[in-house]
Amino acid sequence: MTSAPLKGSDRITVGPLADGTGTAKPVRPSRPRRRGRSAPYWFLTPTLVLFAAFTVVPIGYAIWLSLHKVRVKGIGLGKGAREQVWNGFGNYTDVLQDSEFGHSVLRAFGYGLIVIPTMLGLALLFALMLDTPKARSASFARLMIFLPYAVPGIIAALMWGFLYLPDVSPFYYLLNRFGLPQPDLFDGGNLYLSFANIAVWGGTGFNMIVIYTALRAIPPDIYEAARIDGASDLKIALRIKIPIVMPSLVLTFFFSVIATLQVFTEPMALKPLTNGLSTTWSPLMAIYDSAFLKSDIYGASATAVVLALATYLISFTLLRVSDRYTREDRA
Amino acid sequence: MTPLTLTADTAGELPVKSRARRTAWVPTLVLILGALYCLVPIAWVVMAATKDRSELFSTFTFAPGTGFFDNLSELTAYRDGIYWTWMGNSALYAGFGALLSAAVSAGGGYALGRFAFRGREFIFKLILAGVLVPSIVLTVPQYLLLSKMGMADSYWSMLLPSILSPYGVYLVRIYAAAAVPAELLEAARMDGASEWRIFSRIAVPMMMPGLITVFLFQFVAIWNNFLLPYVMLADDTKFPLTLGLYTLLAQGASQPALYTLVITGCLLAIIPLIALFLVIQRFWSLDLLSGSVKA
Repeated sequence: MTSAPLKGSDRITVGPLADGTGTAKPVRPSRPRRRGRSAPYWFLTPTLVLFAAFTVVPIGYAIWLSLHKVRVKGIGLGKGAREQVWNGFGNYTDVLQDSEFGHSVLRAFGYGLIVIPTMLGLALLFALMLDTPKARSASFARLMIFLPYAVPGIIAALMWGFLYLPDVSPFYYLLNRFGLPQPDLFDGGNLYLSFANIAVWGGTGFNMIVIYTALRAIPPDIYEAARIDGASDLKIALRIKIPIVMPSLVLTFFFSVIATLQVFTEPMALKPLTNGLSTTWSPLMAIYDSAFLKSDIYGASATAVVLALATYLISFTLLRVSDRYTREDRA
Repeated sequence: MTPLTLTADTAGELPVKSRARRTAWVPTLVLILGALYCLVPIAWVVMAATKDRSELFSTFTFAPGTGFFDNLSELTAYRDGIYWTWMGNSALYAGFGALLSAAVSAGGGYALGRFAFRGREFIFKLILAGVLVPSIVLTVPQYLLLSKMGMADSYWSMLLPSILSPYGVYLVRIYAAAAVPAELLEAARMDGASEWRIFSRIAVPMMMPGLITVFLFQFVAIWNNFLLPYVMLADDTKFPLTLGLYTLLAQGASQPALYTLVITGCLLAIIPLIALFLVIQRFWSLDLLSGSVKA
């Protein structure tokens, strides 16, 4: 049987014939295995189809749009007067030179600098307090602090918007009562604090739960050992609890940064209440503005792609840094 | 900490016992302040919704008013009860969207969590990367594509983009890997059960707490979503509550008469979700929320 170069292909057609009655025998044991092999793909099909249709294709389309522009022929009237032409990276150079978009990014950073430390600091504080065995009304507080998560962002912004309005706000009523100065919460700089407060109000509870869950997973004997060594509650919190929940803090930080870059709802909701807010206040608003108010979907797509790339860049940098940090911590 | 307190109480070791019984005032105070901060806007909206127009601007904000039922009937009368249409739309988008999302996540997460196959890690990472894509990067081209297919400004334009939840797939993957024993699946395979039957009869019931979490997450996410309807919808009879209330406020800015309607509308809009939370948190472990399966 040394002269059998066709053997491999022969086997498939010859096999069943040669086997005769025994055809079923080699097929049957292989069937479940083969079915088992394709099963995960079947279970994944809806996920993959939706992912392709509503994530991959739109991203591809956005990139394609971002590389084009409209050229107007003649006086720009009638069908066919506007055609899509290749623009290369023209839209991108426009975006990077667009000071309005640049300012919106800077505003998002400023807003993030207030929101993220405040929100995560409060979340950590509340989680640590919840984890104190002798705290009273902890389960009530846990539920109440988590409750804003259930309130739609736009409604939270509307409610706070009314609380910021001097005519109806209880805070202004009190300030007035005690003759204290009344700040304009819709004014330039104060706007950051106003938005930040809404985001902190809405997001603290969720982050608190994430950190609290990590705290609860710590075996209690660690504390017992630390107590025997004479550690105070504060020392246990600083030296044991916070380092152990570090990965959760990194995760919540990571998601907060992404959310900050995408701030849209709060400024949109407060816009009707004030004149001091531009339609391009945040990056997402700037993109919406150029896509739908200025009808420049090409420029908007390029801006969106830039924002996406910036998000990825920031995310990977953060992950790299946090990875190194936690690794050093373990060593 | 419970074991420590228990042994201290039963064994009666003095120093530990006295410490266990004393209330820690600082944590308690901090927690109560936090709870108050979170309750203020909700308490305000409850009180404000009871006021008629003149009371809203004249009485102390936390004092109850007399106009709640008038506000309610006025809201119901506003444009032939369009508010309740919005409420119904929100329930429809969030209910169906979350149900489909849980079903899709169940299949995807189960496959990723309980099967070893080629491309598993790649697919998983790809889907997770979807979390990072800024929502507007997806929403604007989604709108343009759907409008090319004539589906913009339809119920589908709200439902279809909300079904896939990368976070849901991630949660189910973790949940399936931890809560569905591989031996059980292997035993069912030996007994000749089909993969579909194993999934629907064994895996899905075992993953149920995880699937409920995905459902809730997605329900809240869709109910609270503003950008998607803002971009997709033009016909206000298809609006969900968030967009409806927003347009109401945008008009109210020039007509403060609409303020009371917006406030009453806000109150009614948060009641269903708060009720859902209060009911569900009894049997819904908050630990699931952060993706950790161990309690």
